[in-house]
Amino acid sequence: MKYYPIIGLEVHLELNTESKVFCGCSTQFGSAPNSQVCPVCLGLPGSLPVLNKTALTYALKVALALNCEIADFTKFDRKNYFYPDLPKSYQISQYDKPLSKAGWLDIETNGALKRIGITRVHQEEDTGKLLHKEGVAMSLVDFNRSGIPLLEIVSEPDMNSAEEAYEYLTRLKAILEYLDVSDCDMEKGSLRCDANISISTDPKKLGTKAEIKNMNSFKAVRSALEHEITRQTGMLSEGSRIIQETRLWDDNKGITLPMRSKEGAHDYRYFPEPDLVPFIFSSEDIKKVADSLPELPTARRKRIIEQYSLSEYDASVLTQDKDMADYFEEAVKLYNKPKSVANWLLSDIAAATSSTVGIKQLNLSVGRLVEMLKMIDSGVISGKIAKDVLAGMIDTGKPAAAIVKEKGLEQISDDKVIENAADNVLRENPKAVEDYRSGKATALTFLVGQLMRHTKGKANPAIANKILIKKLGAS
Amino acid sequence: MMKFDKTIVEYTAKLARMKLSDKETRELALQLADILKYIEKLNQADTSGVEPTSHVLPIKNVFRQDKVKKSLNIADALKNAPEKEGDFFKVPRIIE
Amino acid sequence: MSELHKLTANQLKQEYKNGKTTPQGAMQALLERIEKIEPKVKAFAHLPERCLAKRCQAPLTQKIDRFEVPGTFLHGIPVAIKDNICVKDELTTCASKILEGFRPPYDATVIEKLRNAGAILFGKTNMDEFAFGSSCENSCYYPTRNPWDTARIPGGSSGGSAAAVAADEVTMALGSDTGGSIRQPASLCGVVGLKPTYGRVSRYGLIAFASSLDQIGPITKDVSDAALLMNVIAGHDERDTTSADVAVPDYIKSLTKNVKGLKIGIPKEYFIKGIDPEVKSAIEIAVKVLTDLGAICKEVSLPSTEYAVSVYYIIATAEASSNLARFDGVRYGYRHQGEASMIDMVANTRGDGFGAEAKRRIILGTFALSSGYYDAYYLKAQKVRTLIKRDFDEAFKKFDCIITPTSPTAAFKIGEKTSDPLSMYLSDIFTISANLAGIPAMSVPCGFTKDNLPIGMQILSKPFDEETIFRTAFTYEQNTQWHTRKPKL
Repeated sequence: MKYYPIIGLEVHLELNTESKVFCGCSTQFGSAPNSQVCPVCLGLPGSLPVLNKTALTYALKVALALNCEIADFTKFDRKNYFYPDLPKSYQISQYDKPLSKAGWLDIETNGALKRIGITRVHQEEDTGKLLHKEGVAMSLVDFNRSGIPLLEIVSEPDMNSAEEAYEYLTRLKAILEYLDVSDCDMEKGSLRCDANISISTDPKKLGTKAEIKNMNSFKAVRSALEHEITRQTGMLSEGSRIIQETRLWDDNKGITLPMRSKEGAHDYRYFPEPDLVPFIFSSEDIKKVADSLPELPTARRKRIIEQYSLSEYDASVLTQDKDMADYFEEAVKLYNKPKSVANWLLSDIAAATSSTVGIKQLNLSVGRLVEMLKMIDSGVISGKIAKDVLAGMIDTGKPAAAIVKEKGLEQISDDKVIENAADNVLRENPKAVEDYRSGKATALTFLVGQLMRHTKGKANPAIANKILIKKLGAS
Repeated sequence: MMKFDKTIVEYTAKLARMKLSDKETRELALQLADILKYIEKLNQADTSGVEPTSHVLPIKNVFRQDKVKKSLNIADALKNAPEKEGDFFKVPRIIE
Repeated sequence: MSELHKLTANQLKQEYKNGKTTPQGAMQALLERIEKIEPKVKAFAHLPERCLAKRCQAPLTQKIDRFEVPGTFLHGIPVAIKDNICVKDELTTCASKILEGFRPPYDATVIEKLRNAGAILFGKTNMDEFAFGSSCENSCYYPTRNPWDTARIPGGSSGGSAAAVAADEVTMALGSDTGGSIRQPASLCGVVGLKPTYGRVSRYGLIAFASSLDQIGPITKDVSDAALLMNVIAGHDERDTTSADVAVPDYIKSLTKNVKGLKIGIPKEYFIKGIDPEVKSAIEIAVKVLTDLGAICKEVSLPSTEYAVSVYYIIATAEASSNLARFDGVRYGYRHQGEASMIDMVANTRGDGFGAEAKRRIILGTFALSSGYYDAYYLKAQKVRTLIKRDFDEAFKKFDCIITPTSPTAAFKIGEKTSDPLSMYLSDIFTISANLAGIPAMSVPCGFTKDNLPIGMQILSKPFDEETIFRTAFTYEQNTQWHTRKPKL
């Protein structure tokens, strides 16, 4: 029997507005506990919410970038439940009239495009944060995060593998970064993802689903889904039944475990938030936001391929990271060899970045990189040495010329120096010389390599080659 | 229409996270059954094609600008806390 | 002056202006009055300690003339505040154990406005817990008593404010009205109470009962004082998105003694079952007074009236169940001690902290919103609310205002209805519709029963037309003497 995984993702995104969604408290990350709270976000009795206009504009931007239909009438609702990090004991969210629905996002899977439906994008507010103290039966609450604007982006259950889910998240994150509406930092919690997954023998039907939570990176989402597919498929093939439940991903153990269910019934008792008036968008309002959208990854990729004659693959990887693509285009302006810039960006420079250190955080301005590329072109350093120079630049933040000088990495193009080295090499390797002369061309490669070793890689390879051939032929 | 009994009161009290004594539960079941019977008069009102009213005033699109305003100082924020530790509110641990 | 406590705000202002007394003097007189009669009336939840009075911004001994700003001037006028309106650093408990010791770190918008107008904040008045009730018996402190007969209730939920004004313990007061909580106690205590149009006065800082119905309003000794207080508290507030950005007129200008040609509707649905004949006849006589003054009074029909109480008890309790969910013992107020688990702590805090009526309404409201019942109760109620609103829209096409009794009966005995919640709910039958429709409504004294209990007349008008109410009420008041009578205490 064939089993089809069916996956839908729910992404919660903190918007990077200056102030919170319903009050004027700052959204700054990492401040002293309970230092960014007021009567509104602390849920003090008598306080009332007022919607942050920028938060709603950001929500519209995201919805439009995800090809959603924007509602002409939207309102907020109260989602009622008790939790100590939820100060009003209800979350202001959107229920039956979300600001947008029915969008889509294209992903690439096995070289083909696949369209993933977006069920809805709606606005809500974040909760405070609970800290559990080890070994004590008490928890501590910090409400700084309470009231930070959140978007909930819900996908249709259109993904069929962990890889597709990973691809969806990568594409989604790229779009969000292009819109500059969020830090999109999973480690800081500004982007969070829950997954719904079921396995079915009929690709048209959903199975009993599990909701997976507690994944702190896209890789964790992928691993958790892979694990869950194996687990559920295993259960089904043994004839066991899947229980509908919430499971938590344990990143260390690499498994999902059922969450011990919270006591008490679940019924959110949604009803229209009487403290907030409805919002009605005219087509001009929507057009204004649509016109303000920046170029998005797909469009940019297409343009970059055409404008710089890059490969589909290079353009795709470059544009996935907005900062990387910006860097590329800036560099090309100063140094018109797009392929070379792309190669450096996608190999050595990309390798130096990580999920926390992006290209912006590297000690490598566009100007500095271009200087280095020009040093290769003018023969000051070899392409191979340039890799070390670049590493040095990133390590120390110094310009290429300084690194080259400090470490003595200038390329040797002086014939006399290379001739001396060649003489030594020929003397030390009579066997190879013999081989070459008896017609083994590969022996030359070996000898060039030996010469490079003698010069610590600094000899100009073209000159070294020329001199060696000359000397081998001469005697 | 439907029977409003002790079971419903118990379930609803759980949703409202509010402990009721047995006596309270029994009394509420009786009183609320009575009130709901009165309220069922609503079924006589013809509301076909009638829009629900959430807000009586036709106010829409009220915003604030995205400007940071002064928060409470931490002492004021925590002043009314039944229990605190450092600059945190303190609560019994959630068991889940 | 030994009688300063009896004066209206407008009279007191005149005394100040003429240099006959100072705000200190007025406060002294009121504090003495309170000392003497508060034990009988119990109008305050938190007494106007000297410190509270001192903390107001008005420099009490300063000469007053230069503070004169036409219409908005409340310098040195003592105003009592219902205990559900936040006053910075002062106890604000909604007469509930669950808000034990709560001192808000902020002022309600109306309090800011009062401070700016120079008013003296003069104590927090008793009320039904969270404004749940029509008798002031549901206070966690003590029931307030009706100054006209201390064996009777003062009405509710703003019973403390109405009793304090009627008993001359304070010059004027603020109340809040969700289904009649200003008008019904004003009626039962023989004073003036106005529920403004929904959106006219900011709700910011009013501890919510039912957000789509609540309004703050004045409770005063006469109509002029109500206009004076409205001039101070009305107006758009950026912090309350349901507050209307509509210009506020000078209400004092609408105090004209003229109702000639005014078209007044008398809804027939308000004169049938359960209404006390003495109340009915008092209203009929009042209507005759207005007719004699040149008003054109005619019968009007508000056919959906019979559903008002049902709609109200669904919508108000549903909103209340959510508004009161925040009282969980985490950030403020009462916490039940000794629990190891969060869930038990919250459940016991709420079980122990809320009184019987609050629990009743929380359960009813939670039920009305719960899955499977939402459409039959909450959604249905919202639709019938539309019908009730339409009735008034239709009526105001033909009439300038509507007159009804405020309450079907005069003040009832303490304890009379406590065991029968439904009969208590039905005592709001005439006041609820104004909240559902969002329209302004005032209660003015219009007579007394044989037992010397006050009767009130309710005047309703279209949204943001408080002026017609003031004009009608003032004309009636100035042609009658009811408002000058004082209870014997």
